[in-house]
Amino acid sequence: MNPKKAVAAAFIIIICGLGVSSAQNGGISSGYPTPKGNFNASQQRGHGLYLRYCVGCHGIYGDGNGENAPYIDPKPRDFVAATFKCRSTPTGTLPLDSDLIHTLQRGVQASGMPPWLALSDENRVDLVAYIKTFSPRWQSEKPGDPIKVPPEPAVTMESITHGAELFQKMECWKCHGQQGRGDGPSAATLTDSKDQPIRPYNFADAGNDARFKCGQANEDLYRIFITGVDGTPMPSFADVIQPNDAWDLVHYLRTLQTHRKSKENEVLKASGGKIPVKPTAQ
Amino acid sequence: MSRNHLLAALLVTVAGPAWLFGAGTVSGKVTYTGTPAKQKTIDMSKEPSCAKQHATPITTETVVTGPSNVLENVVVYISAGAADESSAPAQAVTFTQKGCQYIPHVLAMRTGQELKVVNDDQTSHNIHPLAKVNHEWNKSQPPGTPPLSEKFEKEEFIPVKCNVHPWMRGYFAVLKTSHYAITADNGDFSLPNLPPGKYTITAWQEDYGTQTQDVTISGSETKTVDFTFKAKPY
Repeated sequence: MNPKKAVAAAFIIIICGLGVSSAQNGGISSGYPTPKGNFNASQQRGHGLYLRYCVGCHGIYGDGNGENAPYIDPKPRDFVAATFKCRSTPTGTLPLDSDLIHTLQRGVQASGMPPWLALSDENRVDLVAYIKTFSPRWQSEKPGDPIKVPPEPAVTMESITHGAELFQKMECWKCHGQQGRGDGPSAATLTDSKDQPIRPYNFADAGNDARFKCGQANEDLYRIFITGVDGTPMPSFADVIQPNDAWDLVHYLRTLQTHRKSKENEVLKASGGKIPVKPTAQ
Repeated sequence: MSRNHLLAALLVTVAGPAWLFGAGTVSGKVTYTGTPAKQKTIDMSKEPSCAKQHATPITTETVVTGPSNVLENVVVYISAGAADESSAPAQAVTFTQKGCQYIPHVLAMRTGQELKVVNDDQTSHNIHPLAKVNHEWNKSQPPGTPPLSEKFEKEEFIPVKCNVHPWMRGYFAVLKTSHYAITADNGDFSLPNLPPGKYTITAWQEDYGTQTQDVTISGSETKTVDFTFKAKPY
């Protein structure tokens, strides 16, 4: 073989080789290496998406220590601890897949977590499948039984007034403040489960587009009393509040959102705008 | 099988529990060297219903000491060598919130044993065990509500706090063994009813960490095992 022919042959071999290798890699869209471990197809797709969208905050190990984490308040979730704020399940239990998917859709208000509107439903399912590989809890436990939200009773002045009494009795004001401004006597000392300072929700601050961390409907507010917000100071009231009482409290809390148009504020306005509340012991 | 073997087999089957062959005891004292950090006085003025229950203001309980350098609230337990005890005691252990303080400050229990949490105060508490091996949960307990009933399935030392009253801090010591003790105000502990065998004894103090010592029990004897922690100077 003369030298010219040898060079040409080498070129052909190299070009063919590149062609084969690029064809082999054609199935991986993320450009990252195939994950290790016994991941199923959904988890593998989720892994690619995680590296694209989530790793910056939640970190390569899923422990909430991503590159951006030092600049984020409240801190990104730690998937290794598997403690989730927004659940439909009791305190201390794992959430349903649908709870995590809702969080991806909705985002978490007043945090660095945006709504991931650009992701498809399948993307979200895959991401949840991958997120669940970070903690062994998902192997050994089942999610808790979702709590039942009974139908909402009518908004009346009696309901709002009773809710106001419960706000005193349950001592919600110790953290949230008497006007729901998030300035109660314990507010300044609150820390989350990783010892980071955390603010109680400020109801009065909310505008017409008011959202809570875990949703914006009355039903979401009801659910928060019962499930608590795990990883934060907000406890579960599941054992100590009756369903009707919890609804009354929801109706009262809506009146603390003074700038928001709501049935509750209309009812309150129609009856003179004042809630007759018994004086407290404090 | 010879007659002797049969007899021996029968004896083991009938006698079963090793304590019939003699049960030993490990006892001792837990002390410290150096100067422990001064405990901080707690200001309860934001919770008058609790403040008025204390004639003199109470202090934090991170390190509780007694005369002759003894350490209180140290959990001493058998961490290796004890026979597996399958079921937890039927009797519940109780953790009481009184005067915005946890009583006891350190509560030991078996894995799977019922834990009752009682609120004796005229204020709401939230019980928030910051578990890492078990599950973290957080429950509100307004005054006058019935005791909460809970349990933990895995061995862990769990810090407990109340977010409403940030000075409240205690510990749940969840252990796989029933052979445990918590040092009293004289620093003494005693682990009785130990069948003959080789054991590892662990002592845990919330601020100073753990220490271990091995001990061999060969009959109905009492062995002395003392622990000395080095005080953290701050």
